[in-house]
Amino acid sequence: MPCQLEGSRAVAEAVALCRPEVICAYPISPQTHIVENLSQLVKTGELGPCEFVNVESEFAAMSASIGASATGARAYTATASQGLLYMTEALYNASGLGLPIVMTLANRAIGAPINIWNDHSDSMSQRDSGWIQLYAETNQEALDLHIQAFRLAEELSTPVMVCMDGFILTHAVERVAMPTQEQVDAFLPAFQPRQLLNPDEPITIGAMVGPEAFMEVKYLAHAKQMQALELIPEIAADFKEAFGRDSGGLLHLYRTEDAETIVVALGSVLGTIKDTIDELREQGVKIGALGIVSFRPFPLQEVRAALGGAQRVVVLEKALAVGIGGIVAANVRMALAGIHLHCYNVIAGLGGRPITKASLRGLFADAAADRLEELTFLDMDWNVVNRELARMGASRASGPHAENILRDVGPVAAGPV
Amino acid sequence: MFEVRIHGRGGQGVVTAAEMLSLAAFDEGRYAQAFPSFGSERMGAPVVAFCRIDDHEIRTREPVMEPDALIVQDPTLLHQADVFGGCRPAGFILINSIRSFDELGLGDFVASFRHERLLTVPASEFAREHTGRAVANAALLGGFAALSGLISLDAMSRAIRERFSGNVAEGNVAAAQAAHDWVAGEMKELSGAVPA
Repeated sequence: MPCQLEGSRAVAEAVALCRPEVICAYPISPQTHIVENLSQLVKTGELGPCEFVNVESEFAAMSASIGASATGARAYTATASQGLLYMTEALYNASGLGLPIVMTLANRAIGAPINIWNDHSDSMSQRDSGWIQLYAETNQEALDLHIQAFRLAEELSTPVMVCMDGFILTHAVERVAMPTQEQVDAFLPAFQPRQLLNPDEPITIGAMVGPEAFMEVKYLAHAKQMQALELIPEIAADFKEAFGRDSGGLLHLYRTEDAETIVVALGSVLGTIKDTIDELREQGVKIGALGIVSFRPFPLQEVRAALGGAQRVVVLEKALAVGIGGIVAANVRMALAGIHLHCYNVIAGLGGRPITKASLRGLFADAAADRLEELTFLDMDWNVVNRELARMGASRASGPHAENILRDVGPVAAGPV
Repeated sequence: MFEVRIHGRGGQGVVTAAEMLSLAAFDEGRYAQAFPSFGSERMGAPVVAFCRIDDHEIRTREPVMEPDALIVQDPTLLHQADVFGGCRPAGFILINSIRSFDELGLGDFVASFRHERLLTVPASEFAREHTGRAVANAALLGGFAALSGLISLDAMSRAIRERFSGNVAEGNVAAAQAAHDWVAGEMKELSGAVPA
């Protein structure tokens, strides 16, 4: 049924339709509305039987989720930013133990400097934690991906992180089609755990493994993600049959058939990119987009097939690996090994800086004319950077960067938009 | 696509106003996207919220930089923040104030604008009268429905009732109705005063 909902509410309702039995969560912006809504659904009895555990930290949220999942309960949690970092040790345990927890990540920047706005620094920092990572383009896809994520996680016995852009999606009120309980029940079978802590048949989970078998156990996590490369498109196809929508899969292609330039991105910025592509297409520019849904596992072959025929690729990403540049771009370049084409890397939207059509138009025009640097920072104010570099050059005791720069640009978020 | 930008301060229901406008547009069968400007959430801080309305799916996620309509819930912002950034002479402007554009010192700025699309409305007064609180978001939406003709008052009232319940909902619906009628009256006067 179509309804007009805040993204967080839509995801909470979709998670509830998946009948989680244990939810352990700690609130952090911009994830808060999701767990607030879920706690309300548990309290009113609309979601049940389900235990909502208020924990004291994200480390506890993931630890309790691990415990719940190991007892055979369908377990869910959500977090963002510093919260994800705080649960990092437990994240690796969840994936290393092969526990099919589903977690929403409301993507947000990582401090310092402290910043509550959207980018992909948080999820990208955990790309190698062993969790499957799926990125939603719209709120519709976010809610659909959660339904698919429980099936994927439980079939493989591995955890899945559904990443949705904080604020841009979580706080956007827009139209979504909400499935019925019957539809979700028919799509998502009951959880059949591969391993189970049961007092009647005691086992241990989490043995120490020495050099004689550690590689083998680790490899199995990789093997599962390689299986996920097959399973993710299958589940998306089943989903389409059951719900009538294209959602999920490994990647999305947009107007790439004859494209000379293909833009690669993840998440909600693809909407703005598509609108910009339509405008440029009207002017005769042969440009398209590749949206990556599954960043882990990374679909090397599919990306290679989609991009290999283009003349140039522009990887636009909302994270920066300090000391080298783009993270998504590094993965895309690996997919393109041996193929000779221009691969430009653009870092954009860090800390919530809006990615506008006006900026994208200029960027794509520069790319199409091969005027781009290999690494570009979209809408970077180089005057601000250079002033601080000059201060550093002028004095050994130049002081803290953030405070110095705020004196130049004014207080936080004082502009109109 | 029709793009609305709403300016106010934390605690005034600016984000809720954008949400209710989107609910009303959805109610009328259109696509709508409402979202806040994501500033630090604190009482009294300047807040901006956006609402896009279209007949098909809205994909763009950029902030509304050139609004077709501007709603200013708190006139104390007029000379502090760049409230009018991106406003064009064909746009609608609705300001919550008992003063006129001239009295607010905006006469020169809007001289080239279409005057029948500019209004100030005493929305806080309508809100206080009908809800007991000076939270003017619903009243302004009622006024905006009349000024723009974009959304019916019925749809707006249903959206208010979807977002609120009980006395709060009914008070706000009444405030929206009062502001709507007031704006409709003003517009009639304006169109009568100036030859077409």
